[in-house]
Amino acid sequence: MLQYIARRLILVVVLLWIVSMVTFGIFFLIPKATHTSTAALFAGKAPTSDTIKEIEVKFGLNDPIPVQYWHFVEGVFVGRDYDAGASRDHCPAPCLGFSFVNNVPVWQEITSDLPVTISMAIGAAILWLLAGTAIGVLSALRRRSFFDRAAMGVALAGVSLPIYFTGLVLLSLISYKWNILPNVHYVGITQNPLSWARNLLLPWISLAFLYAALYARLTRAGMLETLGEDYIRTARAKGLSEQRVIGRHALRAALTPIVTIFGLDLGQLLGGAILTEYTFGFVGIGKLSVDAIFRQDLPVILGVTLFAAFFIVMANLIVDVLYAFVDPRVRYS
Amino acid sequence: MSEAGSNGAASSGSASSGSGPSAFLDVRDLRIHFPTDDGLVRAVDGLSFTVERGQSLAIVGESGSGKSVTSLGILGLYNKRNAKVSGEIHLDGQELVSASPDAVRALRGQKMSMIFQDPLSSLHPYYTIGWQIMEAYRVHNHVSKAQARERAIELLRRVGIPQPDKRVDDYPHQFSGGMRQRAMIAMSLSCNPELLIADEPTTALDVTVQAQILDLMKDLQQEFNSAIIVITHDLGVVAEVADDVVVMYAGRAMEYGKVGDIFYEPEHPYTWGLLGSVTRMDRERTERLLPIPGNPPSLINVPPGCPFHVRCRYGHLNGGKEREVVPDLTETKPGHYVACHLPIEERRRIFRDEVATLL
Repeated sequence: MLQYIARRLILVVVLLWIVSMVTFGIFFLIPKATHTSTAALFAGKAPTSDTIKEIEVKFGLNDPIPVQYWHFVEGVFVGRDYDAGASRDHCPAPCLGFSFVNNVPVWQEITSDLPVTISMAIGAAILWLLAGTAIGVLSALRRRSFFDRAAMGVALAGVSLPIYFTGLVLLSLISYKWNILPNVHYVGITQNPLSWARNLLLPWISLAFLYAALYARLTRAGMLETLGEDYIRTARAKGLSEQRVIGRHALRAALTPIVTIFGLDLGQLLGGAILTEYTFGFVGIGKLSVDAIFRQDLPVILGVTLFAAFFIVMANLIVDVLYAFVDPRVRYS
Repeated sequence: MSEAGSNGAASSGSASSGSGPSAFLDVRDLRIHFPTDDGLVRAVDGLSFTVERGQSLAIVGESGSGKSVTSLGILGLYNKRNAKVSGEIHLDGQELVSASPDAVRALRGQKMSMIFQDPLSSLHPYYTIGWQIMEAYRVHNHVSKAQARERAIELLRRVGIPQPDKRVDDYPHQFSGGMRQRAMIAMSLSCNPELLIADEPTTALDVTVQAQILDLMKDLQQEFNSAIIVITHDLGVVAEVADDVVVMYAGRAMEYGKVGDIFYEPEHPYTWGLLGSVTRMDRERTERLLPIPGNPPSLINVPPGCPFHVRCRYGHLNGGKEREVVPDLTETKPGHYVACHLPIEERRRIFRDEVATLL
């Protein structure tokens, strides 16, 4: 098992390396496509040729792309000094470069926005996991009842409605019309946990509504399939109570696939919940990345892409490892 | 011809008479119907039989003849929402069809238990063999985990699992097919059941393992003096374990009697068909099997009259009666019941002259 994890971790590194290389290509491709130089992108509006030259020297933009990439990798692991004679900047490891727009280290930008995204994703994930599976199980047990039909109808709406619709409806009703949660904005958990939770409640609910709908349907389908399995009949034939048949035998098997998609969904969400962040005006990784794309802030795009890739790859790994514990038939060697 | 006349009228001549239950398991006029969108599925339609302690009854028939439904019905695994169960099931004097679900549940796994076919899908893949046996034991016995574990190991040893103290912690997928079936048997024996129902216990197993499992079941029966119902379509299994045989077709008993009578003096054309479909080691390979033409009927649209008449080679001898009147299960000699319109002399003559030589 440890060996398996070690091997997978090596693969993670290789994958991130490939992602970084591919993404690094934008430093070469974008300026070419837009007929500007990378230095001009950095220098801002109407730069003098001296500024451009200084930037080119400072960031080594005249070096061949492979050399530039090498310096980038070096920066990630040991830090990097940008030296242009007059101006000199140190970028400590892990260095992902400086934002073109505000000259802030990319690492710092990302890590300052990350708590917002993590708060949103994890809170919503807990909510949708609990609500989705509970509704799914109840629906399966009361198949074709009024509850089942109503829940699956709402779930269909949940899957279909985009987050900027549910989010805005929630905002307009709860925040503006009824003034229950006015002035939604992000407050750090360390500053005020209560305020943190209160402000995140609406994003959590709108995100969770979308995902819970999907999870309810998946759980219901899984539960119905499991209830038809032979081992459920065996459990009943043992004389177990219906409660135990459902709780210990059916649920255990029905929830296993949920583990997989839960890990993947959460990993993806940690890479930025763009629509939710925009809808509620929260500045997380998602908004950071979209803004960076509009401003052609190449180092930030690169950094955010690497982070998102990291979350997804790690989520995959965790899911696979977890699976071996959930399903005894899965053994990695 | 006088017997043919009594055939039509004899509704009292069914397998069990109207007196109080005397046998250990006494099933009377059991009907299990499932309402579906396509119509009413009559999976079991008026089945009666008895089993004594220490005796084995085999229920044979093609797929879809209602064998498994019968066994699940006895265990009370159908609920009122999706099945209509009527008739009587007396187990050791207690009537089960009218009993409360909780009362039947208390008997299930304890007084009566079941061995399912295909032990891989019938055992929970996420729990160890030991855990599943312990669970079965602990539902009906208030014992500690350690005691239940001792019991599980002892049961596994009893059914011939090597190193039971180690294998008790294995998962089903770590067992071979034969071992899984043994584990399944160990689980069903955990509470010393007095009635054991085995639903095709050897279907998924290869022949050598089949023989071991059947021997094991016979040994255990002698030890515990339990009543056994074996559900199978394998006449080899029937010959091996059964005292009595019920031949089922379309949810009804076509023939019911001692195993010797069924094998050597079968009276129902369907039974002849089953016997004719068996491969025999003592026959020339050039001799063809005698399959029954056609397919079993849909249980929603059971043919009127004798359900078998569509496939019966001799149905036309009854002058149309076979298409209108459902034949009753009638005693043709002590302990031998047959549901057939053919006059008894005619039936015996056909068997003697036309069928027996081919079997």
